[in-house]
Amino acid sequence: MTAADILESARPLLDVEHLTMRFGGLVAIDDVSFAAAPKDITAIIGPNGAGKTTVFNCLTGFYRPSVGRLTLRRNGQEHLLERMEGHDIAQAGVARTFQNIRLFSQMSALENLIVAQHNKLMRASGYTAFGLMGMQAYSEVEAQAVELARYWLERIELVDRADDDAGNLAYGQQRRLEIARAMCTEPALLCLDEPAAGLNPRESVELEELLLFIREQHGVGILLIEHDMSVVMEISDHIVVLDYGQKIAEGTPQEIRDDPAVIRAYLGEEGSAGAERGGGA
Amino acid sequence: MTDIIARPLAGTRPFRLQGALKEAGLAAFVMFALSLALIAVRVEDVPGGLAIRWRPFDVIAAVVLVFLGRLGLAFLRNNRPAPVALASGLFSAVMALLLIVFVSGGGGVSWAQSLLPFSGFVVNVLVLIISLVLTLRAGLMWRRGERADAGTGVGDTMDRLAASVQGVAVYVIPVLLVAAIIFPFLPFADRRILDIAILVVTYVMLGWGLNIVVGLAGLLDLGYVAFYAVGAYAYALLATEMGIGFWLCLPFAGAMAALAGVLLGFPVLRLRGDYLAIVTLGFGEMIRIILLNWYEVTNGPDGISGIPRPTFFGLPFVRSPPEGVESFHSFFGLTYAPVDRIIFLYYVILAMALITNQFTLRIRKLPVGRAWEALREDETASRSLGINPRNTKLTAFGIGAMFGGFAGSFFATRQGFISPESFTFIESAVILAIVVLGGMGSQIGVVLAAVLLIGLPEMFRELQEFRMLAFGAAMVLIMIWRPRGLLAHREPTIRLFEKGAGKR
Repeated sequence: MTAADILESARPLLDVEHLTMRFGGLVAIDDVSFAAAPKDITAIIGPNGAGKTTVFNCLTGFYRPSVGRLTLRRNGQEHLLERMEGHDIAQAGVARTFQNIRLFSQMSALENLIVAQHNKLMRASGYTAFGLMGMQAYSEVEAQAVELARYWLERIELVDRADDDAGNLAYGQQRRLEIARAMCTEPALLCLDEPAAGLNPRESVELEELLLFIREQHGVGILLIEHDMSVVMEISDHIVVLDYGQKIAEGTPQEIRDDPAVIRAYLGEEGSAGAERGGGA
Repeated sequence: MTDIIARPLAGTRPFRLQGALKEAGLAAFVMFALSLALIAVRVEDVPGGLAIRWRPFDVIAAVVLVFLGRLGLAFLRNNRPAPVALASGLFSAVMALLLIVFVSGGGGVSWAQSLLPFSGFVVNVLVLIISLVLTLRAGLMWRRGERADAGTGVGDTMDRLAASVQGVAVYVIPVLLVAAIIFPFLPFADRRILDIAILVVTYVMLGWGLNIVVGLAGLLDLGYVAFYAVGAYAYALLATEMGIGFWLCLPFAGAMAALAGVLLGFPVLRLRGDYLAIVTLGFGEMIRIILLNWYEVTNGPDGISGIPRPTFFGLPFVRSPPEGVESFHSFFGLTYAPVDRIIFLYYVILAMALITNQFTLRIRKLPVGRAWEALREDETASRSLGINPRNTKLTAFGIGAMFGGFAGSFFATRQGFISPESFTFIESAVILAIVVLGGMGSQIGVVLAAVLLIGLPEMFRELQEFRMLAFGAAMVLIMIWRPRGLLAHREPTIRLFEKGAGKR
């Protein structure tokens, strides 16, 4: 390891500094700063309307922040996300899933995963020209893309449904497929918007295993919005708590569990702190 | 015995004859009101002016038939297929017999004509078809004791049909291809039929071109005819002003149309859905109005005439070529036949259409094609996967426009004369109708829809002014039964397992 590598690994994957988002007079996010370390699972929690999804939308280029700087570090390069278009952010290494699943429902599961490797394949197909001529080089890259897709399909246990329309899969399968699709873009940071919503307890456990696998085996940092506190407390390394657009606490799951400000936000001003610990959402 | 199974269901909803009669009466009244204006009175050209001809019997026949048909449907809905099957079967048989007598000629023609409900032959055939469909449905219900639930059965059958059409496509497509290739040499292919075929294939090509934009990329383009016009004028102007030949002009005309597509697309492709449709509609009109008013270049409403015909590798299709030029027939030692040129044009457009088709099929399996479909399905998700929506849509728009431009130059060279009148909004609407009726993204569906929408109206000239009415009625029916198009069935562009294998 060179000194630069050590320096690199010590610096956070994602830096959010003074992020503020205003819609007209409404301040959805008010001066929020936090950092996500590489290979960490960072959870963003908070009551409904706290501004969690807005943070995601700023990060992934759907909104342009009013104030603030968002820095993604990858391979020694710094990407200033607040200045980039959504599709450039995705190419820089931020992948996301959506609160309401957004698969390409009339395309097959396999196609969903192939589309996610669009930019790689576009380059290989010579921006379509080589592909139209049926060049060997392109078919090889396409075969690799199918292999990557198959790898993820095996991981999410959907290989035998590969050629079925994504819209015909069961809800939990669609959730997993959306995560696999995001992973097929080969990101550095994976942003998951309520991945456990609507899952039964068994599926939630499978989801936890999948996320831990992604972190261990692929070294991808995960940013997680989640209401299911059992999932959050189980797998997060670091938790950021938002309320009314402001950051009210930050720390390890243990610290957050005992933080009076968090308990107040979830249970109200005079909440009985002892009884409902950690089960707030 | 099957009836017993069906009875309990019928028993829960008692059949009320009164209600059915009321319903049928209402339908008959609507038919009466419509037919007063459409059928009862007819103005005819007679020597020395116009004359009004009354057709009271046609009105009566229409009203009675609608009444009975509606009554039959009410019976079917209430699970009483037997009388319907018998009555409509009898009616169909009589109709068929009368029509056969009528067609065969001889002594029976006059009494057959007096017994047939309508004076127009095609209308009678349509009545027979409707009656046969009713018989078939009633008969099937009677046999299976099945309930007819408002069209869902039909939809399922058609879905399975669409899937199986896709399945046997491997066999059907070569047959169709061979049929298309030998078509000009079939005995019945006279000049008129060939002209219709050229028109149909032109629209098939336009449909395939627009299918890239609408079917694959999901961009509703109501101004596609603008690119057709750009291609036509590009060729016409280059050929008449500079004397460049058709084959040299063709790529240039396509490039011009593609450029027009990109120029239009650049500002408007951030719009979605309805808004995009309105803007493209406006663009189509703009091009037409520019062509109309830019007199110095386009010759305005007078159009451009004397556009050179295409040549067979430099050999023109003329009886007596100019000095120093050999013509097609003398080069090959044939006798001159004017139909040669038409056959040649047919093959040109067939080749161009097939190239469009192959291009579309290939590009669908390339990353850009998948990105188009992904954008159609969900633009937000596509963007989050690193697809640049604007550029991707621009390529779809540009490529679709290019094929429109190719078809446009063919149109110009076939007609030899073009004017802005050929490029009105109705053309865009017809091309879009072909794509939507055929089934968005379905290649073979476009062929079927083009034959239905372009070929049949040309064949059914006998229906005269009711042609457009029948056209509209067909559209409404297809939209009710097949809201996603006649043959809407999507095959994945890539498979992990061979078809049929790999499933539990």
